[in-house]
Amino acid sequence: MNRALNDNHDLHPILKVENLVKQYSRRNLASEREGVLALAGISFAIMPRTTVAVIGESGSGKSTLGLCVASLESPTSGRIWFEGKDVGELSQNERRQLRSQIQLIFQDPANSLNPRWNSLELLIEPLVLQRKINRDEMKRHAHSLLEQVGLPPEILERSPMEMSGGQRQRLAIARALALDPKLVILDEALSALDCSVQAQIANLLMELQINLGISYLFITHDLAMAAHLASEILVLDRGMLVEQGTTEKILRQPHDETTRRLLQSTPRMIRPAHPVWER
Amino acid sequence: MAPVLEVQDLSVSYRRAGDIPQPALAGVSFELMQGEILGVLGESGSGKSTLAMTLLRLLAPNANVTKGAVLFEGKDLLQSNSEELRKVRGRRIALIFQEPVLALHPTMRAGEQVRQLLLAHNSVPQLSLNEEVRQIFDKIFLQDAERILRSYPHQLSGGQRQRVLIAQAIACNPSVIIADESTASLDPTITMEILGLFQRLKTQLNLAMIFITHNPALLAGFADRVMILYGGRVAELGPADAVLASPRHPYTQALFQAVPQSLDEDEQTRMEKLPSIAGEYSSSLPEGCCFEPRCAERMAVCSGHAPALTKVNQAHSAACFKYE
Repeated sequence: MNRALNDNHDLHPILKVENLVKQYSRRNLASEREGVLALAGISFAIMPRTTVAVIGESGSGKSTLGLCVASLESPTSGRIWFEGKDVGELSQNERRQLRSQIQLIFQDPANSLNPRWNSLELLIEPLVLQRKINRDEMKRHAHSLLEQVGLPPEILERSPMEMSGGQRQRLAIARALALDPKLVILDEALSALDCSVQAQIANLLMELQINLGISYLFITHDLAMAAHLASEILVLDRGMLVEQGTTEKILRQPHDETTRRLLQSTPRMIRPAHPVWER
Repeated sequence: MAPVLEVQDLSVSYRRAGDIPQPALAGVSFELMQGEILGVLGESGSGKSTLAMTLLRLLAPNANVTKGAVLFEGKDLLQSNSEELRKVRGRRIALIFQEPVLALHPTMRAGEQVRQLLLAHNSVPQLSLNEEVRQIFDKIFLQDAERILRSYPHQLSGGQRQRVLIAQAIACNPSVIIADESTASLDPTITMEILGLFQRLKTQLNLAMIFITHNPALLAGFADRVMILYGGRVAELGPADAVLASPRHPYTQALFQAVPQSLDEDEQTRMEKLPSIAGEYSSSLPEGCCFEPRCAERMAVCSGHAPALTKVNQAHSAACFKYE
């Protein structure tokens, strides 16, 4: 068994999703409304202190799933429970609190962080919005957040544009941690980084999980990194959950055609006996 | 086998504010053989895109080629005038960019974008242009060629758009194709299809290819030889199988270890810490080896001067004092 599961004394899932459906509507060329089914009845759960990975190709609905879980999109039908509470039945005030508990980190922090602000402003904005603490405390808090993600204090005066890709993603993580979230959704958060930086950030994420007890929903097209970080994997294909199971099961006994195809096309450092193009 | 392209001691620097030149490539030398795929592997700041741009002299105005030569078909491209360059660019050496969305004209049909290229290079008689475009699309798209030819870029998937760029690249029968991160924005299954297509074209058209990437795992089983760039210098160069299976430069070794091998590992080793390289790449090049500040095996000599590319065996060399 892995470390994260051993530490897990709490047997109630932090997040439970049941039969989640998301339908977008658009107008076709004849101006008629037509429905696009982005998620077709997804059910899964995330236990505290664990990582669940969502893999699938472009258009499989994995980002929509992340947005629905973060309550940034409202599902067409289906229910989501966070810490045992039905998210659909929360009051406005409770929903506001929920937002601080679930945080999102995107692929390219160069686009998701305001380039006109420096790191200090970026880090204290969530605190100001949630009206948590006074300004002096905020500054102290910003310093400790930086330390947690391994950034030097002089970063506080710099804008995201003056940082490297790895530093920016560390800053995005620090900002996500500002409100002590219980669940962090990582939407392709490692995909734009260089290999050596990916490894550093992956290590940081695992360290934070152990120290702070966070759960991750790790959305990616990189099966190798998903298998490295997650104990459970969900495979999406055109809005449908085609396979779900422990990482070991997905890697060793894949049942679905999509899972097999993803496994076969994941590049490996070992020269394949039969490259895809020779099959 | 004769090299089709020979790069000798190439150095490029960028002028920045304050007039301090920022070196991007320093003394890069290699040969590209006929019919081979040379994988160029490097992370941000390694100079890999500068290399692609220098080979076709498409550098930004603030870039300066300080020394070196690029020998192609008996000429030094760095000494060629713009008329001579026009005959090489897109015709003898073609470049495929990373973002097909940006590289394609948004309101021109895919077939027309290839036709324009043939027209510009005068390589086909006017009357048979359409037939030629059709044949090129048939080579690249095994099905649906006719429909794709008449589609606009926004009607195509990411993989199909990438294939249109490849159709442009092979249109004038070049002898060299440079692909700069051309699969970086694609799904893994589509990436594998594109790599397969490159393999097929290499054999069918006897192409030589420079395949630039930041992902070492793409090169296994695909590239013939691999060149590792770090800080604008060649860190390692050798046959792909040898470099990927037993890398010699400390940077290459550390980089490969940082790639998760989860698919080939058992349950115990997953979720362990990945061995990562300490620190970050810094663009201020030191006097000595540029990897020295991050290297776990650094010696006294490393900070003094830069190590030369040294043979570790017949075809495999590394720029590290361990082998000098």
